[in-house]
Amino acid sequence: MIPLPIYFIIFLGILSYIFGKNRSKKKITFNKNTGGQPSHYGYYCLIWVTVPSVIFFLLWQVSSNHFIDIATINSIPKEILPKDVTLQKLLLENIIIVAKGGKSLAEVPSESVDYFRKLKFISTVASYSSTLIISLIFCFLSFRKIDPSLMAKNAIERFILSVLFISSVVAILTTIGIIMSLIFETTKFFNNVNFFDYLFGLQWSPQTALREGQVAAEGAFGALPVFAGTFLITLIAMLLAGPIGLFSAIYLAEYASPITRKIIKPTIEVLAGVPTVVYGFFAALVVGPFIRRTCESLGFSASSESALAAGLVMGIMIIPFISSLSDDVISAVPQSLREASYGVGATKSETIKKVIIPAALPGIVASFMLAISRAIGETMIVVMAAGLSAKLTANPLESVTTVTVQIVTLLVGDHEFDSTKTMAAFALGITLFLMTLLLNIIALRVVRKYREKYE
Amino acid sequence: MNKDLLKKRYKKEKRFILIGRIAVSLTIIFLVILLGSILLRGISGFYTTNISLKTNLLEEIIDPAQNKNADEIFKASWRKVSRTAIYNILDDYNDSKNIEKSTRKEKRDFIRLFSRSSEFYVRDYTLKNINNIGEVVTINVPASSLVDQYLKGKIDINLDESNRPISDAQISWINFMVEKKMIEKKFNVSFFSNGDSRNSEEAGILGAMVGSFLALMVTIIAAFPLGVMSAIYLEEFAPKNKFTNLIEVNINNLAAVPSIVFGLLGLAIFLNFFGLPRSSPLAGGLVLALMTLPTIIISSRVAIKSVPPSIREAAMGVGASKMQSVFHHVMPLAIPGILTGTIIGMARALGETAPLLMMGMVAFIVDVPQSITDPSTVLPAQIFLWSDQPERGFEEKTASATIILLGFLLTMNALAVFLRYKYERKW
Repeated sequence: MIPLPIYFIIFLGILSYIFGKNRSKKKITFNKNTGGQPSHYGYYCLIWVTVPSVIFFLLWQVSSNHFIDIATINSIPKEILPKDVTLQKLLLENIIIVAKGGKSLAEVPSESVDYFRKLKFISTVASYSSTLIISLIFCFLSFRKIDPSLMAKNAIERFILSVLFISSVVAILTTIGIIMSLIFETTKFFNNVNFFDYLFGLQWSPQTALREGQVAAEGAFGALPVFAGTFLITLIAMLLAGPIGLFSAIYLAEYASPITRKIIKPTIEVLAGVPTVVYGFFAALVVGPFIRRTCESLGFSASSESALAAGLVMGIMIIPFISSLSDDVISAVPQSLREASYGVGATKSETIKKVIIPAALPGIVASFMLAISRAIGETMIVVMAAGLSAKLTANPLESVTTVTVQIVTLLVGDHEFDSTKTMAAFALGITLFLMTLLLNIIALRVVRKYREKYE
Repeated sequence: MNKDLLKKRYKKEKRFILIGRIAVSLTIIFLVILLGSILLRGISGFYTTNISLKTNLLEEIIDPAQNKNADEIFKASWRKVSRTAIYNILDDYNDSKNIEKSTRKEKRDFIRLFSRSSEFYVRDYTLKNINNIGEVVTINVPASSLVDQYLKGKIDINLDESNRPISDAQISWINFMVEKKMIEKKFNVSFFSNGDSRNSEEAGILGAMVGSFLALMVTIIAAFPLGVMSAIYLEEFAPKNKFTNLIEVNINNLAAVPSIVFGLLGLAIFLNFFGLPRSSPLAGGLVLALMTLPTIIISSRVAIKSVPPSIREAAMGVGASKMQSVFHHVMPLAIPGILTGTIIGMARALGETAPLLMMGMVAFIVDVPQSITDPSTVLPAQIFLWSDQPERGFEEKTASATIILLGFLLTMNALAVFLRYKYERKW
């Protein structure tokens, strides 16, 4: 559904292009000193007609709903108006449903419904007409400006440049959005829960959420077991992926023939392209039961949602992250270092162990850090294969929980947004964000420094 | 003495190579087990078991008014019609085995061999062949997943009767129907044409596929122009200053932010602040767009950078402005590389689940979404949902859906590789 004014603006834009072009041809004698080709003048008009009015229209659409909502809530008679904000929102939603012709389960005040309809109607009419007027005004103004002194081409290029700049700022806005949304909810969380209780508390049972009037269940939001579970699984993953990834990288970079390398490298990287939900399914379906059965036949018990299963499958997932990056840094070690080592009589493996690895060490460490940050932030594998209960244990056969699992369980299917429970998810989110950010920044720094050393 | 040392060193050398070989082969073995176990479980999901049901379309039940009015026929008691036909089979079985009469429990167990939606198949058949009312016709109805799984050999019948989902009586009924050639294995069309369902034999992935498609469309429309434009800015126009540096560092860090954090962002901003509809491909696609933006920017920058400066200089030499040199000369050469990066980014977005969990896209949704604001789910989310179902039939469905997802990913990546080889230029 594209709203009516957009069609009008598009139509007017095309017209203004054609007329602007023709007008410039009439008014200007084109030579190498004029500010552009006739089409540039056409585009000049087109931009002025479309861009301001579309921006105005969109802003109106986004902001007007907010104001109408507030006005409608204020119109509800005081006797009916619930005190709780969530209930107010619910009532408002019902009013909107009724106003749009639907049926509502709850009773809604009819005067508010009428009021809502009236506001909506006024807003629509006002936005449509003012959008049209704005585009017409700019159409008129841009036509008037067409004369030999107008540098149309430069103006267009300035416009394009600013569009390019704005789109590159979106990345920064995303980061700001992440930080703001996380911090906003997290500060609310820490109003209810002590910061140190959160970081070092030993008990994590968020389902008994704090409510008004309830005696504060102290220590219910102690996240230490959650962090411990995350680190246990990450450790298992790294114990598998570290050696395998590193040795694969060494073999591929130093020993494998170019053809083997050309085949095996992309094959290993297939592992990085498999969606994590597939790994999770694999962990829950194959690895988990396999570990349980093996343990049972050996005579000790293991839960089928064990840290070991999740960790091993996560290890498989991060092998390519380690092997690719380590391969790159090993290959980047200058040939002269190798030849010097061979020259004093070292074998190939001695050269690798004594010369190449130490030289490539910063890069290898960086690749490990990136892999760890991947493992900490990985969600689907642990959601499907690790457990929910927050236990402080070092036994890999027990089920543990992780930061990401807790975020998911706290937020999925929960519509109420202001409980401590959902805020706890954001607190976990910011912890996760900061941990991975720190690892990434250090790793990227190390890689950059290392590159500069040999270039 | 020197010789001994040398021997030792050579041995160490060999051991070292061996460790390397083991590491590489372990990785490949992992890959084979991963893909193999899913293929093995999933292939059979593309086939399903149908039972041909001899149904008497009794006029007095279906169309008592005898006016062939489709609306009235639609409301007839189809359960009665299909049940009668199903019990007829049981009676045939009893005749062949000289059994007097079935108990109520036996009847109930027998009904379990047929899909719960059998009556709708009978109804739809009748509505299509309205002139056949009053005749005895043969209609193919899906068997329940119990029969399907048994015939595919996925149920261990050597277990004790109480420990397996299928009883001895049910097995002999199935064998009877197999003997009578009433059971046939068919390509599972409904898997591709149905939405989600609580019955595993009825559940399909059409809804999830359409949802994935819609979400990816939103992603590509939002992320591609933004990503390419910011890559052009950073690579061609950005002045070397602190702000540019900040943007670059920021993009590199965004690329490594865990995907679930993007889900939190989407929940707080798109759903709660802007009030976009929950579970919609619009909201999900926008989150995926923010997530793939860094990938697209980084790969586009590499593609733009690989165009040699001589192209720009030649364009400017004949009087083009910087803007013209970029848009008329550099971009056409960089587009294949940009597309390659975009396709790879889209493939990652297609396989992503975690942020969509936050956006409510993991939900039981039967209807196929019609627009980007309808509630819908996506392929990986459907896999996640099904993998959680206790019913046996869903395990196979999960694996089959995974095969489809991997197939899409493979196609996209193959396309990217193809583009790279076809348009790769050495300058």
